Amino acid sequence: MQKDPLAPHHSQARSGPLQGGQLTDELVPALAAEEAGDPFTLAGETFTSRLVLGTGGLPSMESLERVVRASGTQLVTVALRRVEAVAGNSMMQVLDRCGVRLLPNTAGCRTAREAVRTAELAREAFETDWVKLEVIGDEQTLLPDAVELLDAAEQLVLKGFQVFAYTTDDPVLGRRLADAGCAAVMPLGSPIGSGLGIRNPHSIALLRDAVSVPVVLDAGIGTASDAALAMELGCDAVLLASAVTRARDPERMALAMRQAVEGGRLARGAGRIPRRFHAQESTAMAGRPEL
Amino acid sequence: MNVTVNGSPVDLADGATVADLVAQRSSGHDRVAVACNGDVVPRSTWAATRLSPGDAVEVLAPTAGG
Repeated sequence: MQKDPLAPHHSQARSGPLQGGQLTDELVPALAAEEAGDPFTLAGETFTSRLVLGTGGLPSMESLERVVRASGTQLVTVALRRVEAVAGNSMMQVLDRCGVRLLPNTAGCRTAREAVRTAELAREAFETDWVKLEVIGDEQTLLPDAVELLDAAEQLVLKGFQVFAYTTDDPVLGRRLADAGCAAVMPLGSPIGSGLGIRNPHSIALLRDAVSVPVVLDAGIGTASDAALAMELGCDAVLLASAVTRARDPERMALAMRQAVEGGRLARGAGRIPRRFHAQESTAMAGRPEL
Repeated sequence: MNVTVNGSPVDLADGATVADLVAQRSSGHDRVAVACNGDVVPRSTWAATRLSPGDAVEVLAPTAGG
């Protein structure tokens, strides 16, 4: 018997504890197959998962491993801090074991100078020229400083970095960053860690339309529907951390985000119906009995 | 000689190298990166790079981040 690939798989739904990274494939083979056939490229590397995971905010390395595996991510962000402030090698052992690629960030930098130096240190430590460029201009909102950001992006591109630029949702700035040679433009949906979702979806759609490099929605995701919306707006991927790591059940939320990104991507490709002011019946009026 | 390591004053033997300092400070860490007076010191030059009095050194290691 041929299985309907779009049929829901309620019979396989489960409510027990999650176990490892195979779960999504068991739950939704149709989506998994679609995902496998829909790879995308970042800085010359091909990925099948469109979910980029930030690692900050988890209580333990055991939970990090479970979250990484449940999310299906192939790319995670990491940071550098003074040795006294960090707890040994365990995080790198977990990430090595999971086989994910690393995207070091410049979190906490306030100036282009500081961000460039941090990127150079990250290249030395992690042996990658990929960097998530973050140059913060305001303590309360952690919003990017556009002037310093563009300056740092230009410098880092000249130094041979693959720059993933964390930016506001301004389509003009996005285009300037893409023109500067950034490998990807990463607009925020709302402030980092706020969980406010995508406050200006139209800006994200405009930015998507304005650049030809990959667009990764970064920051502000609060729950699965936000991640799905990002994909429906045409983003190539979603980067999130707090929404998973600070959820009551991070592992379950990681799986939710994985499926939301897949669902949003599928919906984008499927083409949504136009919005209507009034209703349009979905059951034919022809043949209606008179009762 | 007195240098500053990760923001705190430290007394090191004269002629100490970056490699000496890293060995002293970063047990349990790999993929360490070092900056001296704001400039990156590549791993390949740690053993040959002698510190000078007053140097400000940062010894950094991987951590979780968003």
